[in-house]
Amino acid sequence: MSSLPDLVCPAGSLPALKAAVDNGADAVYLGYKNDTNARNFAGLNFDAKTMSDGIRYAHSKGREVLMAINTFAQAGRVADWQKAVDGAVDQGVDAIILADVGLLDYARRRHPQQRLHLSVQGSATSYEAINFCQREFGIQRAVLPRVLTLAQVEHVIKNTTVEIEVFGFGSLCVMNEGRCWLSSYACGESPNTVGACSPAKYVKWDKQPGHMDTRLNGILIDRFGDDEPAGYPTLCKGRFEVQGETYYALEEPTSLNVLSILPEIIKIGVRAIKVEGRQRSPAYVTQVTRTLRAALDALAASGERYHVKPAWQAELAKVSEGSQATLGAYNRPWR
Amino acid sequence: MSDFTIPKFRLPGFVAALGHKLPQWPHGLALVAGLNAALKMKLLPESELTALEDKLFRVQVLDTGGTAHFTYRDGLFRPVFRAEREPDLAFAANLSAYLQLLARQEDPDTLFFNRELEITGDTELGLLVKNMLDAVEWPKLPRLPLPSR
Ligand code: SF4
Repeated sequence: MSSLPDLVCPAGSLPALKAAVDNGADAVYLGYKNDTNARNFAGLNFDAKTMSDGIRYAHSKGREVLMAINTFAQAGRVADWQKAVDGAVDQGVDAIILADVGLLDYARRRHPQQRLHLSVQGSATSYEAINFCQREFGIQRAVLPRVLTLAQVEHVIKNTTVEIEVFGFGSLCVMNEGRCWLSSYACGESPNTVGACSPAKYVKWDKQPGHMDTRLNGILIDRFGDDEPAGYPTLCKGRFEVQGETYYALEEPTSLNVLSILPEIIKIGVRAIKVEGRQRSPAYVTQVTRTLRAALDALAASGERYHVKPAWQAELAKVSEGSQATLGAYNRPWR
Repeated sequence: MSDFTIPKFRLPGFVAALGHKLPQWPHGLALVAGLNAALKMKLLPESELTALEDKLFRVQVLDTGGTAHFTYRDGLFRPVFRAEREPDLAFAANLSAYLQLLARQEDPDTLFFNRELEITGDTELGLLVKNMLDAVEWPKLPRLPLPSR
């Protein structure tokens, strides 16, 4: 069995960062309080002070800090993104996660010694794209979009020396990461432009007797019965009328969960497993981190005899969107 | 990690019926006092507090039947005894859900997905409040003696 991949966990706040570190994350990823990262929500993320406190805390326990600057520099404001890169280098982060090619180029030239990761938002799904970024920008790791089957992930790994990171748990941003403009269709703002999908100011939870409506900029995107689990208010997870039938036409509200295929993921040589959810609370980070840590450690200890404990599944199912879990594209028959 | 967990529970209906008959202010005052204590200890970030100015909040405890309104004005949280308009932001949940949130045992999104926490009104304000409370580094509470078995 190859060595264990790093467990990379989300931190939207200092307490969440500490929860990740204390519960066994090998690395945490975080972002600034602005639109240079794809979780730009009110009250979330780090300012310079909490960032240096967080980095100090993680480093004191021998863990890594990865900084996400994973949105695309907007016209006329490129300097803001460049400043974010300079700031991350000054803070001494272990790696910067970038998506914008121009920014990768800037980081490479200005800070040649800084370790760079290619963000999932960079949307590189082939080894050719990844090797290009290695050649041009010296990236040392790439985070794969959640659209590949396990066999495709393996194919990529076999054809590159860049470390590969995959998603292991969290809400699904279904397809075409870094390319999705669905949110703009409803409200004129998308992750790639303002750093948030379905910004909260456009979201309305409308409680009616017997059901709750979800509206995005006034557009009805879902209706839940009182006993039905709810999901995030994104268009990809809305219910739509298609040829006379109303259903989740794009994706169900569900969370990715790879516990059952962890041995295969490790066997093919994945270098890091990422947990989604910088928008969530320290309680979520605690629950997910300790569960995945337990699973990884169990796998290291028991090898072939690894099996998924029901308690792990129960813990992860509880925090899942729509209270459902899926293997996502990893085992999809179609490509 | 403490081994003390708050179970999910629901108080029987008669408690709610009773709650409706009690004056609404005692738990409202306790809530406001708690928030102001956090303010005094500078646990809440200034930049985000300004967004709360003059907003009306409603916290409804479904299984006790208790409802509290409060607002934030001139640097203090204040109870509102007679709310004259719809709140800007309203929470509704059973007591156990609130306790689980306060103890950081459950994540609000989890409770929301599972329909145990209802949030209505200004969604962005809700997110701000949630993230603000998540970012607070509560001082370590003194360890409660565990009940002996
Ligand atoms: S609409 Fe869905 S797929 Fe598109 S960015 Fe938002 S969460 Fe991702």
